[in-house]
Amino acid sequence: MFGITMAESEGGEFLAPGPNSFDFSEVPLFHIGGLAVTKPMVQLLLGAVIVFVFFYAAARRATLVPGRLQFAGEAAYGMVRNSIGRDIIGSKDYAKFVPYLVTLFFFLLINNAFASIPAIQFPTFSRASMAYALAGLSWVIYNGVGIHKHGLLGYLKLQSVPSGVSPVMYPLLVPLEFFSNILVRPATLALRLFANMFAGHLLLILFSTGGLFLLEYGGIGYVAGPLAWVLAIAISFLELLVQFLQAYVFTLLNAMYISGALADEH
Amino acid sequence: MDGNLNMIGYGLAAIGPGVGIGLIFAAYISGVARQPEAQGRLQSIAILGFALAEALAIIGIALAFVL
Repeated sequence: MFGITMAESEGGEFLAPGPNSFDFSEVPLFHIGGLAVTKPMVQLLLGAVIVFVFFYAAARRATLVPGRLQFAGEAAYGMVRNSIGRDIIGSKDYAKFVPYLVTLFFFLLINNAFASIPAIQFPTFSRASMAYALAGLSWVIYNGVGIHKHGLLGYLKLQSVPSGVSPVMYPLLVPLEFFSNILVRPATLALRLFANMFAGHLLLILFSTGGLFLLEYGGIGYVAGPLAWVLAIAISFLELLVQFLQAYVFTLLNAMYISGALADEH
Repeated sequence: MDGNLNMIGYGLAAIGPGVGIGLIFAAYISGVARQPEAQGRLQSIAILGFALAEALAIIGIALAFVL
């Protein structure tokens, strides 16, 4: 898009795509005040609008016998509510987290699907900062929920003192558990989403521009170039699976962290 | 065409999580085959294990680009 990827296969030498292929700061779409608005920002907003409009339209005239749109909305809502919310958090506390989980799942799903939608073809969360923001939100939520329920000290004890371990091991385990449950969790949560979207899109760029380069190179490239494009198509289908799976995993882990923060001591 | 030794290192580092994820899903599949009604419970456990094993590969790819 915007000549970034095409420019790489021009000239005699093949320039492999890298993190630079994801940098839109040179080609902002438009400016608001002094702020340059780039494509990922617009996509993020578009994703939020699509999710809002879909669920608003599905819920607007709810009838006892659902119409087609209402049925689709209810099926989508029920899937996240039952398989992620109720099964993980437990039937006692899950209700108040369902709106967050449903919104999160479909927001992620739409934004990941942008990678495969023609004319957009860029996964929003292959920009790491966007994934960090979402993980930061989830960090605030699960810690906030835990502190609200157990108090600050009780919550820290719940998260960092493992149960069923002899106190001799505490000096070793308590810092580790604290480090892993409070500090590393949001980082891996964000990086998982970012790295999957980033790596998938990088592969697609590599196979498409590489195929073009091989075809221009001639010789064996007449065979290898089209083969690379066939692989690019195959990887596109793999990406569709990964997009869904990452949205699911991100939401599932959010639910697990919340249920871990709510858990009673054994 | 220039490359980076980091990427070879990342490729090697990804072997471990790859084997781990394979083992997790092998156990999940045989669990479901033995007891199909437990699929719902096994699925979330399998995906949690998958996410934890995958975290290593992800830390690897982050470091491969950063270092």
